[in-house]
Formats: sequence, structure tokens, C-alpha cells
Amino acid sequence: MKIAVCVKQVPDTWAEKKLKADTSTLDRESADGVLNELDEYAVEQALQLVEANGGEVVIVTMGPERAAETLRKAISMGADAGIHVLDNNLAGSDAIATSAVLAKALEGRDFDLILFGSESTDARMSVIPAMVAERLGLAQVTFAQKVNVEGTTLIAERVTDYGFDTLTASLPAVVSVVEKINEPRYPSFKGIMAAKKKPVETLTAADLGLDPSVIGAGAAWSAVADFAARPPKPAGVVITDEGAGGTSIADYLTTSKFI
Amino acid sequence: MSDVLVLAEHHESEIRKVTFELITAARALGTPVVLWLGTGCSDAAVAALGSFGATKILVAESTDVTDHPVVPGAEIVASLIGSMQPVAVLVASSADGKEIAARSAIKSGCGIITDAVEIASDGTVTQSIFGGSTVVHSRVTHGTPIVTVRPNSITASQSAATAVKENVAIAISDAAKLVSVTNRNVVEKGARPELAEADVVVSGGRGVGGAEGFGVIEALADSLNAAVGASRAATDAGWYPHQFQVGQTGKTVSPSLYIANGISGAIQHRAGMQTSKVVIVVNKDAEAPIFELADYGVVGDLFTVVPQLTEEITKRK
Repeated sequence: MKIAVCVKQVPDTWAEKKLKADTSTLDRESADGVLNELDEYAVEQALQLVEANGGEVVIVTMGPERAAETLRKAISMGADAGIHVLDNNLAGSDAIATSAVLAKALEGRDFDLILFGSESTDARMSVIPAMVAERLGLAQVTFAQKVNVEGTTLIAERVTDYGFDTLTASLPAVVSVVEKINEPRYPSFKGIMAAKKKPVETLTAADLGLDPSVIGAGAAWSAVADFAARPPKPAGVVITDEGAGGTSIADYLTTSKFI
Repeated sequence: MSDVLVLAEHHESEIRKVTFELITAARALGTPVVLWLGTGCSDAAVAALGSFGATKILVAESTDVTDHPVVPGAEIVASLIGSMQPVAVLVASSADGKEIAARSAIKSGCGIITDAVEIASDGTVTQSIFGGSTVVHSRVTHGTPIVTVRPNSITASQSAATAVKENVAIAISDAAKLVSVTNRNVVEKGARPELAEADVVVSGGRGVGGAEGFGVIEALADSLNAAVGASRAATDAGWYPHQFQVGQTGKTVSPSLYIANGISGAIQHRAGMQTSKVVIVVNKDAEAPIFELADYGVVGDLFTVVPQLTEEITKRK
């Protein structure tokens, strides 16, 4: 089977994230770029499915030049090839435009499965998998905690607010995974060396036949009016427990009318 | 006045609190019209929705909607955007809500903003991003604004209206039925409130030390009629079920009171609870970063502090 895994380069989880004053977009340069953590689970799931059923795994990303490092990192886990959509005109694209770009990069390549992490740790919208499925007219199985393929049938468990639903669909399908699904492997030394030689296609928006009017900041269907850092919270009271710590919290809760 | 389409969030006939928050927000923009997908829209549900100001409840309860996740709902929302021409569509920031919003945005050519914490009467949306460190105001500039609203952000208020129930018969395409639900597994949540919409959340982390340690966390939660949360360290270790995880890859909560026990306060966790109004911290380690968020903190052993607190609360009630 042929599996695509869409990945995103995001600022290091531990870095402080900021918006840029001039464009109101995420300041990506001020922090190290890393592979979005949840995408590692998607790569792992793809590798496990291919190990069980045969096939190949292609990593797909859209992002600036340095996103190539993230693409290689994902390939080094054991994938076979990469697609990097790289175009300065894509900067500032909203989710609507991003889904259009990814859909174009994915269509016509006969993928049986298109995998995503269930959210990115920067924007946290969780909408791209659904939007890509919508654009490609494919079955959508998101927030999966378990994914199995039997022949051309996909059987998955989707996490819900109440537990989980068991879903079935015919391939091809778009799937997003939650971190409960597996334990991502670390790239081996061999994998890291091999990744340097794996083929990566670098494509522009024009290569994908995208109309320039639907991409980039100018095409966004929403706009930031203004933003501000939330004023820091005034420091609270911290005491050391000397036997009455619990009672002192109860006193605080009584004063603040919680009890 | 113009209609505002509100997608009801419910489990069978039980209406989730966020639905009333959405209707309250919708009243500032126009006349709330509620869309109810699936079964369970009882007379009591209609009356409850009306008491918050819903004038009309559109019900789509065919098996086309109940047997297939997300996509039929998106088709109905998109169809109603076309026929009703609402001034806005408000949806809860749940997994289904966000995806229905996402797909109907593409179908209808409408802009989308997720995780709003406030919507002004002129349509300006407030978001609290990067774990609550930045406040953003933005607007949808194309088509009907589709906005998903984070539970517990807007205070629901009643405003009596007489709601009329109306069935909507919108044909669902075969393309919307590619995925079928073969089984729904409802995990017993017990009597505690739902985590994302609880007014008080009591959570435990690495310091709880094991699954059995969550007993003291649950006892404190029950004394406050609170939901129980857990840090990723605790859910990854298997000490507490995954669906109770608070943080970047789990639930985002915004309760009036958050009590963090044995949680160090990694960014991962803070991103999911930083907008809580009052934060209480109990941790052995005085250097734990979670103390930076504390309105009131106790450096001490949670296994002595928490049971004492539970006992005091029970005594004072």
C-alpha cells in the first residue's frame, strides 16, 4: 500500500511562542523548528502498516526552506521519499489555503492512506485533515487511537468525548491519529544516513497548478485586527506545609467563596 | 433580525452546557436558530434551548446523520448556510464541532476561526492562544463567519423565547457516507461533570505516583463536585485514562478553579489550563514551574495536604 504522511515543522514545544508585529503571523525564526510531535505518531503508524502489508511511505510537508530538515527527520524514521511544497508566496496561508495546497500535492498519486497527527502544537486548530478529506472527496477517519487495514477496508477507533467509536471505511482514506496509538521509534543511525539519499521532490505552487489568488496571506478568509500579550498574572501566595497546608487552602477557598 | 445558526452539542437528549453558551453568544449577533443533529431532541430539550433564546430548533435525525461521523453534519450546515443566509455559524470547539465547521467552511466558501473565547456584536472574535499568553482579535473576511467557541469561555445567560421545533429533510450525498460507525463505546464517566465544561477541575500528575494515588485526587474532586484531570505524565504512565488528559495534546480547560496536584507545570500541561481563573497548586518541589501560575500554592506532600483539604471542605459545607 502507498501511504502519505503530512507533517509540519513547528516551533520547539519548550520555546516561548510569539506573533510577529508586522504580519500577525507566528514568529517561526525565533525558535528552533521541530517535527510536530503528533506527526511522529502518524509516521510511526504508516511505517507499522507498511511493515505489515508492504508498500511505501511518502512524507509530505509545506513550509519554508528550513522545513526540509523536518522532512528529513521524518524520513529518517524509515520512510521512502518526500515531497516539499516550498514557495515564498505560501507564507501567511490560512488553514483554508493550506488544505488546498496539501490536497493538490496529494491528488493523483494513488495514495491508499493519507495520515496526519491530530493537531499541530502551534496553531492547534485540528481542522486540516478534515479540510483535505473534503477537498479530495475521501473518507475521513480522524482522532484515531487504533488503525487496522484488512484488504481495502480500514477499521479504526475514533476517540470521542464519551469514549470511542469503531469506524469502518473503504480505502483510500484520510486519517488523523492521537498519541495514544503507538510509541514512535527514534531514527536509527542507519535511518539517518539513508534519509540523506531518499528522493525528495521540491514543488512550487505553480508546479501544483495552484491559482496564486488562493494562497498566501492575501488570500486568507480571516484577518487579525490586533493582538497583545496577556498581562502577567500577579504572583500568588506560596506557603510551605508545616502541618496545616490543606486547611490553609480551605481557608483560601472559603475567602474566595468556592466553599 | 438576522439568523445566527448554532450547532447544538449534545449526547442523546443531554444538552451540553456549551450549547447554552453558544446561544448566549449568538443573541449578541442576531436571532439564535439551533441545529440539532441526531436523535434525542425531546420537548424538554426544545424548552431548555428556548429558555436561552433559541427561536427555532432544526432537527435532522435520520440514520444518515447518526450512522456516519462529521460529514453529513457538514453537508447540512453548508446547505443551511445557503438557504438561511445566517449572519454567522457558531459551533463548539469539540472534535466533531471543529471538523463540521472545517468542512462546511470549504463547502460554502466561508472563513473559519477556531477556539473563540468571546464574540463581540460586530463579529470580532477574541482568541487566547499559545497557552493563554497572547490575546488575538480577528474577523472572518470572506463569506459567512464560521466560529468555533471554546467551552466554559462565555457565561450562559437565560433569555426566554418560545422555541419551535422543525424537521429538516436535507438529502445526504453518498460521498458523505463513506465512513460508518459500527460500534459506539461509551466509557462510564460516573457522576462527575464533563472535564471540558466543569467549573472546578482537580488534577494529578507525576507526583501522584501511581493509579492508586488518584484515589485522593478523586476524593478531593468529589468534595467540590469537580471533574478529575491528569497530566500527560500520568496518562502516559497508564495511571489515569487518556480522555482525562489536560494539556497540549489533550483537553483544554478553563474552569473557575483549577487545583494542580503533583504536576510540575511543563508547557505541555500549562497550554491546556493556563486560562483557568483561579489556580491552586500542591507540589513537593518548591521550584516546580506550576507555582508561577498559582494564586495559592502549598509546597508539601500531596498525600498529607490533599486529604486534609478534602476533610476541611467536607466539614465546612
